[in-house]
Amino acid sequence: MLSHEKTMNDTPGTQASLPARAGRTGGSATLAWGAWLAAAVTLILLVILPWVAPYFYIFIATEVLILGLLAASFNLIFGYTGMLSFGHAAFFGVGSYAVAMLLQAYQWPLLACLLAAVVVATVLALVIGFFCVRLNEVYFAMLTLAFGMMVFSIAHQWRSVTNGSDGIAGFAVTSFGLGLDVQLGNPSVYYHVVLVIVMLAAALLYLICRSSFGLILRAIRQNPERVAFCGVNVRAYRLASFTVAGAFAGLAGGLMAPFLRIASPELLHWSMSAEPVLMTILGGSGYFLGPFVGAAMFVLLEAWITSMTQAWMLVLGIILAFMVMFFRRGLLGTILDWFQERK
Amino acid sequence: MGSLGLALLNSLDIGLLLFIIAVGLNIVFGVLNVINFAHGALYMLGAYLAFSCINGLGMPFWATLLIAPLGVAVLAVLVDRLMLRFVYQREVTDSLLLTFALLLILNESVRMVWGTGIHVVEPPELLRGTVTLPGGIRYPVYSLFVIFAGAVVLFGLWFLFNKTRAGKIMRAAALDRDMAQVLCINTRLVITGVFAFGAWLAALGGVVAAPMRAIDPGMGDKIIIESFIVVVIGGLGSFPGALLGAIVLGLIHGLGGRFLPEINLMLPFVGMAIVLLLKPHGLLGRRASL
Repeated sequence: MLSHEKTMNDTPGTQASLPARAGRTGGSATLAWGAWLAAAVTLILLVILPWVAPYFYIFIATEVLILGLLAASFNLIFGYTGMLSFGHAAFFGVGSYAVAMLLQAYQWPLLACLLAAVVVATVLALVIGFFCVRLNEVYFAMLTLAFGMMVFSIAHQWRSVTNGSDGIAGFAVTSFGLGLDVQLGNPSVYYHVVLVIVMLAAALLYLICRSSFGLILRAIRQNPERVAFCGVNVRAYRLASFTVAGAFAGLAGGLMAPFLRIASPELLHWSMSAEPVLMTILGGSGYFLGPFVGAAMFVLLEAWITSMTQAWMLVLGIILAFMVMFFRRGLLGTILDWFQERK
Repeated sequence: MGSLGLALLNSLDIGLLLFIIAVGLNIVFGVLNVINFAHGALYMLGAYLAFSCINGLGMPFWATLLIAPLGVAVLAVLVDRLMLRFVYQREVTDSLLLTFALLLILNESVRMVWGTGIHVVEPPELLRGTVTLPGGIRYPVYSLFVIFAGAVVLFGLWFLFNKTRAGKIMRAAALDRDMAQVLCINTRLVITGVFAFGAWLAALGGVVAAPMRAIDPGMGDKIIIESFIVVVIGGLGSFPGALLGAIVLGLIHGLGGRFLPEINLMLPFVGMAIVLLLKPHGLLGRRASL
C-alpha cells in the first residue's frame, strides 16, 4: 500500500521541492520493496498482537485502528481533495450514536448496526457537504466547524432522544451477524474484528484513492480552476469526496461505540474533529498510510503524556504548530524523503 | 408591544457585541486572507483577564477595558512573529491549521490557569441595576452600555477606515498587498498590526461581555461559531457585512428565543443555510462563486 510515492509525494506545502525530486526514480523500486516488506511485517505483528503484547496494548491497538480509519477518511478530503474539514467528528459521532441506539433498543447484530451507522453518516455528510463545498477552502473550514458544532449541540441538548450529556450507555453487543459465533465481549476478539473490518475498509478506501475518481480529486486539490475548465463538475466531486469520507468516518464511529461502551456528545465535539487533523499532520497527509501512522503516534503520545500531565491538549497544540511550521510532510513524509535523499 | 420592544433591544444587545468580535475576524481575513480560528479563544482570554484584573487585582472596570485588550494584542504580536510568519507564503490551509493549533494551546492554557469553573464579574457601580425606558420597559443599564459600546466601535472603525492614514493603508493592503508594498508601505508591519488589532477587538468584546456572560472555558467555542455564522451571513471580508450579519444573528437570537424557544438552537444554522443557498457569498459579499 505504500508503493505509490511517485504519485502522491506532492503535498500542498512542498510543491516547491517537487522538481528537485523528479529525476530520482531509480531508488524507488528498492524503496517500494522495503515499504511492502514493512507493511507485511506490521500486518503480521498486528494479527499476533493479542498473544504477544500486554493486555493494555490490545486497547491501544484497537483505538489506533479505529482512529486511523477515521483519520484516513478525513485525509480523503484533506490530503487528496485539498479541503480542510474541522467537522469530521460529526460523522464519527453520529455513527457511534447509531450503533449505540440500535444496540440498546433492538439488539441488532453488530454488522447490521455498522451498516446502519454508515448509512446515517453518509446521509448526514451529503446534507452538510451540500452546504460546505459551495465555496472556497476558507469557507469550507468555517462551515464544517459550524455544522459540526450544530450536530454536537443537538446531541447535547435533545435529551429525550440522545440522553444529553450522559450519552447512551448500558448496551451489550450480543451477536456479530452472518450466523458467526464471535465472543465480542472479549477485548482481544473485538480487536481482531476491528482489525479485519478496518483492513477491509482501508483497502476499499485505497482503491477509491487510486481510482480515476481519486485522480480527479488530486487534480482538484492542485488546481480547481483548471479541472473546472476541463469540464469536470468540481463541486460535485468535492461533495462526493466529502460524502465518501463521511461514510468511512461513520464506520469508524460505529466501531468505537462497542469499544468505549458509550456514545457521548464528546465524540461529536470539535476537539474530536481536531484529532484526525492532528493525526494526519503527524503522519503525513501526502500518503495513504500517513493518517494510520499518525493515529499510532497520537494514541501512544496521548497514553504517555496524560500519565504525566493533564494538559494533553496544550502539548498537542504545540506539536501541531511545530509540525505545520517545520515538518509539513509529517513523520512518514520526512522519513521517506530522508530515504530518497540517501539513494 | 412591550415584549416585542424588549426582544428587539435584546437583539441589538447581542448583535452589537457579536459585531465587535466578528468585525475583528473580518478585518484580519480581509488583509491577511487568514481565518483566525483562535479568535474566539482571544475573546475568552480578554474576559478572563478582565476577571483577574477586576476581582484579583481590584482594578476599576474602565482601566480593565483599556489594559486587558492591549495585553491580548501584545500576545497576538508574538503569535504573528513567532508562528504565523512561517506560513504566510504557503497555502491558506497551513495558516488555518496554525491558528487551530493556537486555539488548542489557548483553550488548554486558560483551563490550566483559571480552572474549569464558572467565574462572574460584577458590572461597575455606574452600570448596575435597571432603567425604565419609554414604553414602560425595564432594561438593564449594562445592556444599554453594550449597545453603546458597539456603536462606539462601529463609528470608530468607520472613522479609522475612511478618515485616517492607518485605515487607508490597511485597506490598500487588503486590496492588493504587492501593489501596496511597491508604494513603500511596510506590509509586514501592516500584517502584524492588523493581526494584533483583530485580537484587540476580540479581547475588547471579551471584556465588554465579562459582566453579563458567565466566564467559562467553553465561551470561546460558542463565540467563534457565532462569529463564523455572522461572517457567512454578512459576507466574508466585508465591513458592513459584519454589521448586517451581527444584527441578523442578534435578531435570530432575540426574536427566536422569545417566539420559537424549542428550535432556538437550530435557527442560526438554518439562517446560515438559507443565506448560503440564496447568496453563497453572504448578503454583502463580493466575489463570484467558483
